[in-house]
Parts: sequence; C-alpha cells; structure tokens
Amino acid sequence: MEVSYYPGCSLHSMAEEYDESLRAVCQRLGVKLCELDDWNCCGASSAHFFDEQLALDLAARNVQIADRAGRNLLVPCAACFQRLKAASKWMRPADEEQHEAPSAKRQSAPSGSRCETIYHVNEFFEQPHLLGRLQGLVCKPLRGLAGVAYYGCLSQRPPRVTDAPAAENPTAMDRLMETIGMQVRSWSYKTDCCGASLALSRPELVRKLSGDLFAAAQEAGAECIVTDCPMCQTNLDSRQVEIEAERKTRFNMPVFYITELIALAMGDLQAGSWWKKHFVDPVPLLQSKGLL
Amino acid sequence: MAGTSTVQPNSSFLELVEQRSGEPVSRCYQCRKCTNGCPLAFAMDWTPNQVMRLVQLGQADRLLGSHTIWICASCQTCTTRCPNQIDIAHVMDTLRQLCLQQQAQPGEPAVVKFHRAFLSSIRRYGRVYELGMVGRYKLSTGRLFDDMRLAWAMFRRGKLRFLPESVRARHEVRDMFARSADKTASQQQAEPPRSQPPAECPQPPGRSNSSSE
Repeated sequence: MEVSYYPGCSLHSMAEEYDESLRAVCQRLGVKLCELDDWNCCGASSAHFFDEQLALDLAARNVQIADRAGRNLLVPCAACFQRLKAASKWMRPADEEQHEAPSAKRQSAPSGSRCETIYHVNEFFEQPHLLGRLQGLVCKPLRGLAGVAYYGCLSQRPPRVTDAPAAENPTAMDRLMETIGMQVRSWSYKTDCCGASLALSRPELVRKLSGDLFAAAQEAGAECIVTDCPMCQTNLDSRQVEIEAERKTRFNMPVFYITELIALAMGDLQAGSWWKKHFVDPVPLLQSKGLL
Repeated sequence: MAGTSTVQPNSSFLELVEQRSGEPVSRCYQCRKCTNGCPLAFAMDWTPNQVMRLVQLGQADRLLGSHTIWICASCQTCTTRCPNQIDIAHVMDTLRQLCLQQQAQPGEPAVVKFHRAFLSSIRRYGRVYELGMVGRYKLSTGRLFDDMRLAWAMFRRGKLRFLPESVRARHEVRDMFARSADKTASQQQAEPPRSQPPAECPQPPGRSNSSSE
C-alpha cells in the first residue's frame, strides 16, 4: 500500500523522531510513504494571522501536488493537517460549506486524478486493514505504562474543517494506546491548548497552559503524555524543567509521540536513538517497566 | 479602559468586519461559551465575548490596539463551540489584519515580530528554517539572550538544522507573497479611516438593522 506523505517543516527538524518513528511503523505495516515532491510550508498560524489568501495559497500548492500524485495523503503534524484540510475544502467546496468564499472554485488536477482523503496519524492507523496488521505486530506490549492521550487543538478543531468525529472528546489515540498494551488514563484535558506559537513571544503563557496539563496528567495517574502534534510535544517536553522550577514541583513526565510507542511495542530497535532527542529522558521510566 | 466610559456605537466597523471576515458577528448574544472555553482569556484585556460586543459597537480603536487579538493562539475552541456559528478565531484573524493594515500599534509587538520572522523564512526558502527564523526574531525584538539554554539544548539534540532546506520552485512561493503584498497595498488605500465621527444618535446597543448573511 502506498500513501503520499507531507512531513511539514517540523518533522524535518524539531520533530525528527516523529518522522523516523512514523517511517519505522509504516515500514513494518507494509505502507510505503511517498513524500510529496517539492512540498512547501503550510503557512502554519502565521500565514492566516496576516493574510488568509496567502494561507490558502501556501497550503493549496501541497494539495495540488498530492492531487497530481493521485494517492491519499498522510499529514502527521496537527497544524499542517488542519491547514491542508482547510485548503482542500476551499478548493472543493461541498454544498454545505458556506463559510468559504463562493468565488473559490475547485481547480482539478490536469489528469483528473486527485487525493481523496487527507489523514492525520491516528485515523490513518485506525483504518481496519491497518489496525488488524498493527495488532498482529505488537510483540512487546507496553504493559504497566500508564499515560494520557493528548490531542491538542488542530487535529480536531474546528470539526467542519478537520472532519473530527468527536472534537470535544476524541478517542482514536486512546484506542491505539490500548492496542499497544498501555494503561490509558482518562482526563478532561485531551484537547486543551498548550500555548502553541506563543512559545517564544510569550513563554510564560505557554508555561502556564502546559503546566496545567502536567498537573492534570499527574492527577489522572499518568506517568507520561502521548501526543500526535509536534508543537505540543516540543512545548511540553522542552519547557517541563522551567515549569517544574516555577511551580516548585516535580513532574518528570516524558512526552512521547504515539508512533514512538507503537514502534517500541513492535520491538523496533531504532527506538533507542529517539529517546536521546527528548528533553525529559524517557529511559528510566521505560526501564522501570521492563520495556528496554 | 474597561470601566464605565460612554460608548458611541458605530455600525460601520461592524459592517467592515462582517464583510471582510464573512462572519455574522451581529448574531452574538453574549452567551460567553467562547470565553468560558478560552484557555487564554485570563491573559486578555478583552475576553472573546467582549471582542464580539466591541465589534458590534464599532470600537475599532479598542480592538485594534488590544492585546487580545495577539494573545489568541487560534486554538479554535471558541469557533467550535459558538452556538451561532460565528468563527470567532477567524474574526480574530480579521482584526489582526485590520490592525496591521491600518497601522495601529499592535498590543503585542513581539508576537507580530515572531510571525513576521516565520513568514519571512517561508518567503525566502518555501519552508521554515528555524535557526534563521529564531535569529531574525531575536534581532527584531532585541531579546537576544532569552531561551538561550533551550536553544542550545535543542541544538545539542540535533533538533535545529544548521542549514536551511529550500523548495526548488521558490518562485511559486514568492509569487504568492507578491500577490499578498499587492492586495495589502490596495486595501490600505481603499479602507475608510479608522476613527469615524460619532454616530448622530445613539443606536440600541450593539445592533444595526442589517444582518449581513
């Protein structure tokens, strides 16, 4: 099975371990990731803050490349996913989509081929034929590892863009975590914001929001946070020491990408190289559970 | 500012925001779901429901100079929950754009500089070059030594690339930015001046008769 792949800027830099672990999982599942040829940045929040047409143009170029490739598209970064979904809806307005400019008509790819579905990570792995295979490949279930699923904002909201089936209480990642043997703790902060792009300009706000997430995860009995968003992972992982100092408490809570844990549960030996990229060292926790 | 000052309602700003955003701000009836769900309301000078009200009342100066429009992280919670289908995060985008186009002094200059540095990186390479982007942001804000420990820790972990990655078709990306700059320039000429003379007689608070849907 082949799928087009849009890594986005983060997975080529800050979130390399997300890219590598996703590739490792896909390889084991027999999914060939075909990186979009000459993709460009989706524009992230910055473009739509300043100019909506620029934001749509930047994202739409990638959807056009995916259309030409004629395969479904996997977008693991939540922000990129939301921007590319928004652009594809703008290019192909459905009848019920009244909020977009009426002048914006779909430009079809020359060959008539097109990318039918844009997937974020969890929904991609939840496709029945892949989920069955994934279950079969779990040779080292992560028993005893207690975590919360943290989805953040943009893979879910707004649902008329993302098509999220339950934007206020998503469950796809929770199910994947159960599939790989984890103890999934329930909490009500699944889709609360980490502070996102305020990280450099107003870091104290990110420390407040991310700190509230750690406190809630700890209260829920989690030993780690599992996410599918590079922005969330970076904010939570890299700011944790500062947050602990500010709150005079200790969280010591590794923040994993869901794909890192799936690969670990599949017995992937590359996993060791990803832990070195983390700010909060996950090795002691994984060792204490007999998982390394 | 938020005390008991008298407000002269002015519907032209409401019309401008509704027309530019396509969002039916007039519909807001102050249920405050947006503000109750907003993770950053505590740090805002005007909460999201107050922003809707100030748009209805035509308080352009208060809004365009506010901190709120730059503190909003665009998490889309308000948009998702609004019972009147107002895409509030989209209205925030429109207010940010009006702030920049009408050259109002932004309430959070560092946030604006961050996004400018980010966009400048995209314009140059087609992708974000984090090291260059952060450098540019630091130079433009003078916050040279903030987060140095963090930057070093990222670098050590191989999370910041030394060299930029660039798309081959850079001209395509630059054309998009050029169209954006042209549009901004023509809008600046076309926009009415921001400070309108007060309406001749006070209207019922927050309503103009037309509902632009």
